[in-house]
Amino acid sequence: MLKDLFYKLNKRANDIQNKETSDQSEAIMTKCSNCKKILFTKDLKKRLNVCGNCNHHMPFTAPDRLDALMDNSEYELLFNGIVSVNPLDFPDYESKLEGDMKKTGLNEAVLTARGMIYGNEAVVCVMDARFRMGSMGSAVGEKLARSFTYATENRLPIIIFTASGGARMQEGIISLMQMAKVSVAAKRHDEAGLLYIAYMTNPTTGGVSASFASVGDINLAETGALIGFAGRRVIEETIKEKLPDDFQTAEFLVKHGQLDRVVNRTDMKRTLSKILSMHKEV
Amino acid sequence: MAFSFERPLVELDEKIKELQKYATKNKQDLTREIEFLERKLVDKQEEIYNHLKPWQRVEIARFIERPTTQLYIDALFEDYIEFYGDRVYSDDKAVIGGIATYKGKPVTVIGHQRGENTKDNIARNFGMAHPDGYRKALRLMKQADKFNRPIICFVDTKGAYPGKAAEERGQSESIARNLVEMAGLKVPVISIVIGEGGSGGALALGVCNRLLMLENATYSVISPEGAASILFKDAALKEIAAESLKITANDLFELKIADDIIKEPLGGAHKDKPAMFSSVDEMIEKHLKELKALDGDALKEDRFEKYMNIGQFEEIEE
Repeated sequence: MLKDLFYKLNKRANDIQNKETSDQSEAIMTKCSNCKKILFTKDLKKRLNVCGNCNHHMPFTAPDRLDALMDNSEYELLFNGIVSVNPLDFPDYESKLEGDMKKTGLNEAVLTARGMIYGNEAVVCVMDARFRMGSMGSAVGEKLARSFTYATENRLPIIIFTASGGARMQEGIISLMQMAKVSVAAKRHDEAGLLYIAYMTNPTTGGVSASFASVGDINLAETGALIGFAGRRVIEETIKEKLPDDFQTAEFLVKHGQLDRVVNRTDMKRTLSKILSMHKEV
Repeated sequence: MAFSFERPLVELDEKIKELQKYATKNKQDLTREIEFLERKLVDKQEEIYNHLKPWQRVEIARFIERPTTQLYIDALFEDYIEFYGDRVYSDDKAVIGGIATYKGKPVTVIGHQRGENTKDNIARNFGMAHPDGYRKALRLMKQADKFNRPIICFVDTKGAYPGKAAEERGQSESIARNLVEMAGLKVPVISIVIGEGGSGGALALGVCNRLLMLENATYSVISPEGAASILFKDAALKEIAAESLKITANDLFELKIADDIIKEPLGGAHKDKPAMFSSVDEMIEKHLKELKALDGDALKEDRFEKYMNIGQFEEIEE
């Protein structure tokens, strides 16, 4: 069946967990979730899941991003043994964590690593929205705070790719406090005169957007990314008004002076290496 | 006005009044019966108020008659001069602040300001700030840092305002900026949750050396209603969400996030405001005294340690 040759990249993360669908990822052709054009999967992967026809940025996992960004796809994972517990005994939290670990092969919603970008050494953290919506609980907060501290101690720049629905509600107030935790660690890195590039990807909202994601020395965002504090529905209900279509997109933010620039994923490595090389310590 | 959980008290109180009226009218001696009911009322009060459920505390924390930041400022500080504006866009009335003296020494005071009635609430956007409010707060904090004044923050907000203009002007950035900049302050920072501590909007005045919470105050990543509708798909389950989220002063104290709990008059801060003010006063004095022993770098270090230690996780073999 021709239909079986295609798989949709924008499928809800929950749907991709069974083996059958992962076999389908071997399909030769992929349909763009925006313009519906049928693309060679091989070409699409080469273009980092960016549609060659309409420039739509399709979901990109944290491991894929690290592979694409780091020289020879080589990097050292840091603090990868840090995993979540259920501090408030919140109902069903453990089973949800287990499900996401199985589904993604990740230990948590962020990968923290050290490696080279065209020869520029950096600490690189990449959040993955497939894992609990990229939400930040204790484990994510700890990994990010330690990454900042590690970067400070080793006098390295840090890049954080954010992708998050916000705080992890199952960890209640502890998750809110992770915003402060990452901020105090980021402040030390800042005071050491080191470079922090915040790189917002789709989606960056809530408590993550309202903490480290917004306070890089340089704030970048990926084309088309949804970025905002409150959810669109909540705002529409509050102000009783329909919001424009481009509301809370990366392009909307740059127009309102909230970002340094929007970057195409295909320019990610070039852009970052340029910035890093101009901040190299001599 | 009474909360629904106070109904048994209202009923007892009415019964006592009825008996008193009947006794006077019919010149009958009902002292024993009345005294019995009065004792019962006291017992019942203690039973209810000493075992408040998280959701009941939320109701108390949100109560319109509960003292607001402005009342604490008026009661506890002298020479208060309010300062306005963020120097960028506007003066956000959901956050107030300025300089004052506390026990004869200059301090900076800042707080979320709910309205004290409906009209005031509209002017103050129900204590839900725009970026302008957080930026005003930060401006005052930087001023305090320069002139070496301790900072006292009163936290009392449902959260940052979810509006169009707020997003356009950088609601996220304004909160984020406060968190990072507060981490770098070289003066003592005491934050006191006097009512509702709603998520990022609360934290924007809350990266502190000492977090104090009033007994019935709450502090949460999301409102119980919000959590119920997202996690349990039913906003009516707010009572259960309030339990699960661990939002009370006692919960935060046990989680080592709040450093002290400030006892409230029986039934809540609104029942005896002067007593409430004096308890808060005592606690500020106590914690300020401890913090004043630390120099600027030590204060920063103290804040760093406080937040770096929050979180529960496990480390497995990689």
